[in-house]
Amino acid sequence: MEFNDTDIHRLIDGQLAPEAQKAVSAWVEADPARRRQAAAWRRQRELLRARFDPLLVDALPPRLLMAAKIGRAANDGRMRRVAGVTTLAAACLAAGWFGHALVSSRAPVDILATLPARAAVAHRVYLPEVRHFAEVAAHEEHLIRWLSRRLATKVSAPTLIEHGFRLVGGRLLPGEDRPMAQFLYQNDAGKRLTLYVVALAAPNATRETAFRFEQRGEVGVFVWSEDGRGYALSGSLTREEMMPVARAVYDALNLAAKEPAKGPVIEPAKSPAVEPPKVPAADPRKSG
Amino acid sequence: MAETTFDLEALVALIPRLRRYARALAGDRARADDLVQDTLERAVIKRALWRSGTDLRAWVFTIMHNVFINQTRKAARDALPVDPAILAEIDTADGASAETYAQLNSIEISLAQLSDEQREVLLLVALEGMSYDEVAHTLGIPIGTVMSRLSRARARLAALLEGEAPAARTLKIVK
Repeated sequence: MEFNDTDIHRLIDGQLAPEAQKAVSAWVEADPARRRQAAAWRRQRELLRARFDPLLVDALPPRLLMAAKIGRAANDGRMRRVAGVTTLAAACLAAGWFGHALVSSRAPVDILATLPARAAVAHRVYLPEVRHFAEVAAHEEHLIRWLSRRLATKVSAPTLIEHGFRLVGGRLLPGEDRPMAQFLYQNDAGKRLTLYVVALAAPNATRETAFRFEQRGEVGVFVWSEDGRGYALSGSLTREEMMPVARAVYDALNLAAKEPAKGPVIEPAKSPAVEPPKVPAADPRKSG
Repeated sequence: MAETTFDLEALVALIPRLRRYARALAGDRARADDLVQDTLERAVIKRALWRSGTDLRAWVFTIMHNVFINQTRKAARDALPVDPAILAEIDTADGASAETYAQLNSIEISLAQLSDEQREVLLLVALEGMSYDEVAHTLGIPIGTVMSRLSRARARLAALLEGEAPAARTLKIVK
């Protein structure tokens, strides 16, 4: 069969019927130059999605909701870039018009509310990567230092060897208003987990949220916040499979926050609770 | 009420996608949201022109395309539309992290160096996932033009991304 570059575009853009897809795939695979071409173009797609998809879950500015509802007539120039929820937007929200879209208030984007969605998106984007699963490999000395610096808060990658997952590496994800760190883990069966870390700004910085689970499509996400950081552990695993690992991460990070970071944390969790722990209101372990 | 012929809920549901596309197209947050706002206002004003049952997404993205073209003609754009905050961060970071961060942001910087026509086609295909027919319909161009712009966009992007590390560090376009 005679194919050409146009068919490679069609292939990576999913524009081919299954039969044609098989044929073109085979044709591409048969030649190293074509393989490289297809791989480069696929990579571009992934980079674009990784960079811009997070916008899909951002809270919507009221001025855009207003524009959609009433057009220009009442939404004159004064409404541009005015923060704050107006009566109209609030009424629309109450009428259930916006479904899962979040209306922003004067405060910055509610990172915690959108964290599961963001984490699931980031997890799905990098899940199929072979070479680029991690941007910076785990053994590279500067990984933790670099990420901590970019997030302007101490980050650490807990060890999950006991659960069969080894740290492959990490990456920095540019977010809309701040960068986020992503740690990548993999077990011998090839199953992958990603740990997403974001620094929280006031007023979220002092909030501590209980451990909670959300299913986003086929990705399960455990989220919580503590010590001025939001965390999300994502995996294409069941809640039951992820629970022990998530607890291990939670415990390790909890300890790491309280002890000086000098080598691996080896002490087991002090309270072996059966349920994922809720952060107590007054934790005696916290320093003043 | 016009609601029976114009699906306002569907329009609102499009807002995140419009924002994503506008952000990638226009390059900075404020300009992108202005673009989306203008688009939405036009869509509401022109709602009687939308034929129920036809592709609302294509219709709205066509409006955004037209608004963008008009804005581009009006604005004197000599600088690349890259968020200066990103470049500032790259400049102040240490050696290793600057390179890695540059890799992560190089897609955005490289994207800004495509022509508007190339960027629009690439984004509608790769970000919005439109079929080539839908892109042709949305932009009002023949499908052959879609393919040639897509091809050139990808070739240009590949060249920029390959040789990007030094280029990203020497970019001095900060406004």
